[in-house]
Amino acid sequence: MTLATKGAAIDIAGVSKFYGNFTALDDVSLRVEPGEFMSFLGPSGSGKTTTLNLIAGFTDLSAGEIRLGDRSIGNVPAHKRNIGVVFQHYALFPHMTVAANVAYPLKQRGVPKAERARAVEQSLQKVQLEKFAHRYPSELSGGQQQRVALARAMVFNPSLLLMDEPLGALDKKLREVLQLEIKRIHRELGSTFVYVTHDQEEALVLSDRIAVFNKGRIEQVGTGHELYTAPRTLFVGQFIGESSVLRGAHRVAGDETALTVAGATLTAPGAAKGDGPHVILLRPEAVTVQAPGTGPQDGRSNIVSGIVREMLYLGSAMKYEVTLADGSHVTARTPTQSAFPIGSTVELAWNPKDSALLADDGSTAAL
Amino acid sequence: MKRFNPGKLILGLTCLLIAIWLVAPTLVVIPMSFAEKKSLAFPPTGFSLQWYQNFFTNPQWFDSLIVSAKVAAMVAVVATVIGTMAAIGIERLKGRTGGLIRAVLITPMIVPGVVLAVGIYAVYLDAQLVGTWTGYVFAHTLLAIPFVVIAVGANLAVFDARLETAAASLGASRLTTFFSVTLPLILPGILSGALFAFVTSFDEVIVSLFITSPQLKTLPVQIFSSMTRDADPTVAAVGSLIFMATSVIIGLGLIFGTRRRGA
Repeated sequence: MTLATKGAAIDIAGVSKFYGNFTALDDVSLRVEPGEFMSFLGPSGSGKTTTLNLIAGFTDLSAGEIRLGDRSIGNVPAHKRNIGVVFQHYALFPHMTVAANVAYPLKQRGVPKAERARAVEQSLQKVQLEKFAHRYPSELSGGQQQRVALARAMVFNPSLLLMDEPLGALDKKLREVLQLEIKRIHRELGSTFVYVTHDQEEALVLSDRIAVFNKGRIEQVGTGHELYTAPRTLFVGQFIGESSVLRGAHRVAGDETALTVAGATLTAPGAAKGDGPHVILLRPEAVTVQAPGTGPQDGRSNIVSGIVREMLYLGSAMKYEVTLADGSHVTARTPTQSAFPIGSTVELAWNPKDSALLADDGSTAAL
Repeated sequence: MKRFNPGKLILGLTCLLIAIWLVAPTLVVIPMSFAEKKSLAFPPTGFSLQWYQNFFTNPQWFDSLIVSAKVAAMVAVVATVIGTMAAIGIERLKGRTGGLIRAVLITPMIVPGVVLAVGIYAVYLDAQLVGTWTGYVFAHTLLAIPFVVIAVGANLAVFDARLETAAASLGASRLTTFFSVTLPLILPGILSGALFAFVTSFDEVIVSLFITSPQLKTLPVQIFSSMTRDADPTVAAVGSLIFMATSVIIGLGLIFGTRRRGA
């Protein structure tokens, strides 16, 4: 039995998965660093769970290679990969007590009984369930069951822990508590964690880096900050955080690109990629709502007017939904001192540097 | 403030009549088994335990009980093993192939017993299996497999196969997973399948009549030939004993079954 194994790196190289004519995963490559907390984020059917199943060995590779540390695991059966897995549906053995469930992987590895008992207790302590060792899974709540599943998946000190939407079946409050616990356990264990989720907030809270999946491909890999502030595709920009999208004809304007939106000329940093349609992606906190005729202030040179459709008081901020002349919607979050009633005409202003120019891939904010 | 409800009364009476109709033939046997004279008359006259004594002391009767019990025990084991493996295979296959195999395995339940019996007899004559242990076990296993497939299949339908994936991730091989996870969880289905298999063999009469021999006779065959030869109240004694035994088994099953579910 090795003690406190350091995490192992995962190298996914050119991995594809086909089901008949359907491509579930299309030539995906990715490296997860040792000890890293990496989230696979994406809508359902994007390939994130398929990738996890391939790493775990639950499904066979159609093409490519997966390496865990320095060994290729593509042809290793699941039960010999030594990877901990936590499932959304807990998957606890209903005919065994909590202690027996946690002891199960140790038993498979021939750990002597005394050592087994010690490891089980230690693992249950980490999830604060040592008092429940002799209960059956059916006598525990959903959150407790998932904690047991976590204890069971880490009791054999795997160098890699995979989690497939582990908090998906729990309510919001419990989810937040367990997120913190998972983060703490990741720090204590030092193992590499791969966490599959469709909840972008959860991915942002937990991860060192996030791989955003869409239609069987990885759109972008980066820290939450990178994905939020510098999305490379419209899909990523819309999937992570709140955003508004402005569409219009574009032309080159020096170092920048200008779009004509609702009669206004708006600039965004960078050059357009190709001749296809482009959009401006705006974060709500980048937009200032001001009285008509205020004009550019403090570098907020992009100005477009619209009508307030919704005004929400959030305590720390005000949230505005503004409709532009071309029918597009912009969400703005501003300090609470400003107050523009619903139906009034306002100016929206922002610094071009706080917006992003992206090729229009047709994706819409669907969460 | 209870009002007389004629509907309820009629319903109650109907239920009572049906209950009597269902149980009466069985209950009639019990008094007849204590008859004094050698006749199967109802109501019987007098009282004696001689037919019970006859059952346990007359080798013709007692040996046939032992034969039946041995055959049924072997059938229960063989049919349960084959039926369970078949049910698991069918569950894994899913789809049309699984359905087809299931249909084939269940046909012995649907085909009229006499038709099966003729077929089995014809084959057994050639294979010299008439009146042998192997012959009985083969034939009865054929008839018992559908019950095991159905009972285990029903249990597998509610078994969460994802637990097997979890076991694999924890380091258990396929075989270990089967014995440590799958088997314990489908055990209720396997046990009820085994019980059905035992009972199917124990009271099978049609096929057994065809493949019987004077040297190796099962209890139902002995009862049948005794009835056709003379009206021996030993038949009633056997019937009463079997009735008591099954009542006790089912009663215990109910008591322990509900207790475990309550825990």
